[in-house]
Amino acid sequence: MSFIEIENLKKVYSSDADCVTALGGVSLRVAEGCFLGVMGQSGSGKSTILSILGGLCHPTEGTICIDGISLYDLGVEKLADFRREYLGFVFQAFNLVPYLTAMENVMLPLAVKKMGRSEKVRRAMDVLGRVGLSDRAAHLPSQLSGGEQERVAIARALVNAPPLILADEPTGSLDSETSQEIMALLQELNAEGQTIVMVTHNLENREYFHRTVHLKDGLLLRDSADSSQQEAV
Amino acid sequence: MNLRTIAWNNLKRRKTRMIFLVAGLLIGVATVVTIVSLGQALTMEAQHRMENFGANIILAPKSDELSLSYGGIDLGGFSIAVSEIAEKDLDKIKEIPNARNIAAVAPKLLGSVSVQGSRVLLMGVDEEKEFHVKRWWTLEGRALESNDELVAGSQVAMTLGLSLGDVVPVNERRMTLVGILHETGSQDDDLLISTLDDAQAILDKPGLITMAEVAALCADCPLEDIVIQLTQALPNVKVTALQQVVKTRMHALNQFQTFSLGIAAVVVVIGALVVFVTMMGSVKERTREIGIFRALGFRRSHVMNLILTEVVAVSTLAGVLGYLIGMGVTSMVMPFFSQAQEGGHSVVHWDPMLGVGALALALVVGSLASYYPALQASRMDPTEALRTL
Repeated sequence: MSFIEIENLKKVYSSDADCVTALGGVSLRVAEGCFLGVMGQSGSGKSTILSILGGLCHPTEGTICIDGISLYDLGVEKLADFRREYLGFVFQAFNLVPYLTAMENVMLPLAVKKMGRSEKVRRAMDVLGRVGLSDRAAHLPSQLSGGEQERVAIARALVNAPPLILADEPTGSLDSETSQEIMALLQELNAEGQTIVMVTHNLENREYFHRTVHLKDGLLLRDSADSSQQEAV
Repeated sequence: MNLRTIAWNNLKRRKTRMIFLVAGLLIGVATVVTIVSLGQALTMEAQHRMENFGANIILAPKSDELSLSYGGIDLGGFSIAVSEIAEKDLDKIKEIPNARNIAAVAPKLLGSVSVQGSRVLLMGVDEEKEFHVKRWWTLEGRALESNDELVAGSQVAMTLGLSLGDVVPVNERRMTLVGILHETGSQDDDLLISTLDDAQAILDKPGLITMAEVAALCADCPLEDIVIQLTQALPNVKVTALQQVVKTRMHALNQFQTFSLGIAAVVVVIGALVVFVTMMGSVKERTREIGIFRALGFRRSHVMNLILTEVVAVSTLAGVLGYLIGMGVTSMVMPFFSQAQEGGHSVVHWDPMLGVGALALALVVGSLASYYPALQASRMDPTEALRTL
């Protein structure tokens, strides 16, 4: 059984005026420990697939299982618990809470967990150390550079030691040098066994992925895993 | 790091919004506190004044005869035998269950005496209590201080041509006129007033009194109960309550309090609306932030708790400040109210129960007004909130 199993995933956004098909029936299996790149142009459905993987957006049709758990069979609150325990999000716009320090932002996923303050601080400092920001723990997001903010966001995604990290264009708003640093950091985490699904439109990032899938108009256009098999054949 | 930390940091960051929230609640709470405490203070002042205003219970000898006088007009022709009460019987008043509500007991002995060939009504009084109970008496000269002194009503003084310092023979006992009452428009104008001891000696009725006036007036004292208790304690005495005085005064105060509480209720509703609108604005402003919380695994209940935690903090602050400001305003305006009502006894009591009530009011109003915005926030679709995924 694969770590992530997506079967015939469809998502249609309906409004009074019209219907937009964001995903038209995508099936995908991802092994544990994989660094998967989801690529495609704007409107290809890559962000939608990440939202559905993250338990944030109900699919119109199809099923999705992570580690054997069918996400959308869970109730609303159980799904929130799943996000907290299984997933780490890294957003393009960092999405740090502006009035909390770097350390407090990192501790956010722990805020609703029954855990002593010292343990929370220890974990937060540990992951901040891993992303090289131990000395910036007391700074507010506004006092950090874009790259540092992205690192804080990655640290926040790691603090709960989730089995899966979902990253949405983490390098989208960063310069080339900082982008490479962030990609190197994600690759390092993946090398330590972390499963990562990352959405990007930047072809330069392809080299970091184990596997790349291309989406176009809500459909799976190309999967590097299939190409490898064909090449092998 | 927990929900309280996040709430506290948010309040610290959004100071202006917090000030609006606190102000909205504070004005409502302070208004209620002001009105309630002012009402309490005015009630107490009114009670005090009413105690000074005079007696509201009359103790008179029991008689089977019907009174034939009305409004000061006595329909003569019926000679009603006047009996007396033993002065020492008044001690029993101190033993009734509601004795603490008895402010003053003013005994009197009445009798007809001869002065310069005219018949005049002499009233012997306990000089200290009588002049305390009848605060509206104003004098030329001074009040009684000892035996062999006399105060004359204005009408008596004029009719008999008495002036201060005169030595007046009363039933052949020589007494000095030390004071003349200014006109009261009542029966007091026709009296000669002496100490009770002198009157008992002159009228030859030692240890006896004709009647006593009792001042027992307060908002919570059951006048009917006091009358029953006095009747049981003094079986041979007729106890009459002057209900009208009490009821009119209390009715006026109750009307004032009802009206004031109506205004306070309107202010509280406006305060609640301010909180509601501010919280709705806050939730809208924090849409993205709430989306982050939800994406990171906060349950709907966690988001509700987060917002309600902030509301509890704001409401507590508004409750405490509202109480202090409300009491401060009462302290400031009370002298004006007192002055308008003949001045006197104006004390504002810092009632801890009112403080607890103010806090509870702020918490209830704040929570109710914020419940819907908090519910809206908790039900927010995280994807819509983030708009990035």
